[in-house]
Amino acid sequence: MTGQNTPRRGIPHTLALGAVLTVVAIGGTFLLDPYRNFQLATIAAYFCATAGLTILIGRSGQLSLGHAALMAAGGYGYALTANAMTDAGATGIPRFVVSLLAAMTVAGVLGWLLGLTAARLRGPYLAGVTLALVIAVPAVAAVFSGVLRGDQGVQIAYDGVPPLLERLIAVEQWQAWVAILVAGVVVTGLAVFARGRTGLRVRAVRDDETAARLNGVRPGRVKVGAFTVSSVAAGAGGAVLCFATQSISPGAYTLAFSLLLVVAVVLGGLGSIGGAAIGSALIVLLPWVLGVAADALPLPAEVEQRLSGNLAILVFGLLLIVVTLVRPGGLASLGRQLRPRPRGAGARHPESSPEPRPEPARELETAPPTPHRKR
Amino acid sequence: MDRLLFLFATGLARGAIFALFALSLVLIWRAARIVNFAQGAMALVAAYVAFAVAGFTGSYWAGLAAGILAGAAIGFGVERGLMRFAPHSSPLAGVIVAIGLVMMLQSLLGILFGAQYRPMRAPFDDSPIMVGGVPLLSPYDVFVLVVALTVMAGLGVLFTRTSLGLQLRASAFAPEVSRVLGVRVSRMVTIGWMLSAAVAALAAVLLVPTELGLNPHATDMLFVYAFAVAVVGGLDSPVGALLGGLVVGVAMTLVTGYLGATVAPIGVLVLLVAVLLLRPGGLFSLREARSA
Repeated sequence: MTGQNTPRRGIPHTLALGAVLTVVAIGGTFLLDPYRNFQLATIAAYFCATAGLTILIGRSGQLSLGHAALMAAGGYGYALTANAMTDAGATGIPRFVVSLLAAMTVAGVLGWLLGLTAARLRGPYLAGVTLALVIAVPAVAAVFSGVLRGDQGVQIAYDGVPPLLERLIAVEQWQAWVAILVAGVVVTGLAVFARGRTGLRVRAVRDDETAARLNGVRPGRVKVGAFTVSSVAAGAGGAVLCFATQSISPGAYTLAFSLLLVVAVVLGGLGSIGGAAIGSALIVLLPWVLGVAADALPLPAEVEQRLSGNLAILVFGLLLIVVTLVRPGGLASLGRQLRPRPRGAGARHPESSPEPRPEPARELETAPPTPHRKR
Repeated sequence: MDRLLFLFATGLARGAIFALFALSLVLIWRAARIVNFAQGAMALVAAYVAFAVAGFTGSYWAGLAAGILAGAAIGFGVERGLMRFAPHSSPLAGVIVAIGLVMMLQSLLGILFGAQYRPMRAPFDDSPIMVGGVPLLSPYDVFVLVVALTVMAGLGVLFTRTSLGLQLRASAFAPEVSRVLGVRVSRMVTIGWMLSAAVAALAAVLLVPTELGLNPHATDMLFVYAFAVAVVGGLDSPVGALLGGLVVGVAMTLVTGYLGATVAPIGVLVLLVAVLLLRPGGLFSLREARSA
């Protein structure tokens, strides 16, 4: 859907597509029961973060293992602002919007600081620093326990359905609406960013810093910018998650969760926003399906306890390895291969097309040809 | 002052373990140009083997030996079965495959052994000896220091004085030329992985008795510390790993001792960011920029 080799469409097209998909998703909430709607809200929140992460890894080549920490920053920014505004007497939509903006600002500033170190680093080093960041989340919550309330986390006031809609929808559906709306705005913004001139600069820096520099692009600034944009999106995701669960605590933003975000973008296909949507749905739904399946089997309680959580991680780890080795383009490249080509070739079977087919976007293989080996 | 001395001495012993683990990262880096993010999980599996053998035979030494052998076997399996097939076009692919491996190994350990901590007994007394009225190292700390320094010296001799070491270095730095000259490069890469994983397993087995015990996440922090060591010392330099390990070990023990254990992860993060901003090449490296 958003692969970089699809014909470059204009910004109005991207905006229209984003609006249509958002409306369709909101309409879809009427078909779901409350628990499914809650899952949908979670998926939408994850989608904000994974869309930012897939742009960061796929398009700019910076691997962050710490996006959960940036989500947590957004969540804490949201919770603290929402509580302060509740104390000041604000409620409803103004409170949500201001808190959301605060969340995105907090995550953006943290991401900018991280990006400043990141701009000097590549691949494994950046991954290590972001790994250290996400491991430090509980420590930060404990050290500043006066504000962040340690392991317990921060609770926020309940945000009900607005009076106008109260007769129409349940609270879970309202939460799903808000989550989808935020995800729609954030992801459309990301798509515009990735497609426009800035996105081109980002990819230029990823592929060859020297060539980019020769063309007047400043690699450091571009990398920091990409990291900041991605962090703002993650912050919005954290805020939405905090809105839907009415609390934020470090226990929700562990290293395991952070790695799940990476799993989502790799399975979906690095650099593909549509892939990030599929990946977000996978990391919410697959553990749930596995949990239901494990419950259905007649297992002793202890075995069941050990399987819960671990089984999903095992499957995700396996999928991560298989996808990286066998199909680095992820699920998105699968769709791209099946889709008939535009310009008249559509009627024929794609494999029998006589013209050379455009290569699917294989982000992992388009990276620069290992300069480090030349040392 | 007594407390400072005590923390300093304990920090040296802890730092020796970090240095050993960081050295294992350096070994893989030099052999295959991969920062192995699965090193912690691989060493942990070996530590579980060591724990099981020690429990079965009743001998710590049998457990230690089994752990090191298991580490080498895991290194062999991971290199031949997995990492060999990772696309070399981008450093990210190797990292992502390693992360997948971490997830698989940790969840398997969780399924097989559960999440509870399994304490592992040290072979020596771990209460500190008094030197002139000041509590200093415990016998176990001395044992750790001696083992770590011996292993590092042994690896130094292996790499600089033996034909195998020469072949290992040659195939890491100039694979094509080495192949032309008759070095079996792919075998050398595998040996590098086996050596590295065995050293990492040794570090993990040495660390566990000083911590809460074995648990599927027991080596998460060890990896982060060792990564910090590698950044401080420079991934290319074994001497840097040793010095960096001692620096990080002492610094972290001081932070833990004076500010509490919860602050330690923040300390590592601050150290990492500070070193990367001020001296991106590592404290002991002359190279200017750090690009992996």
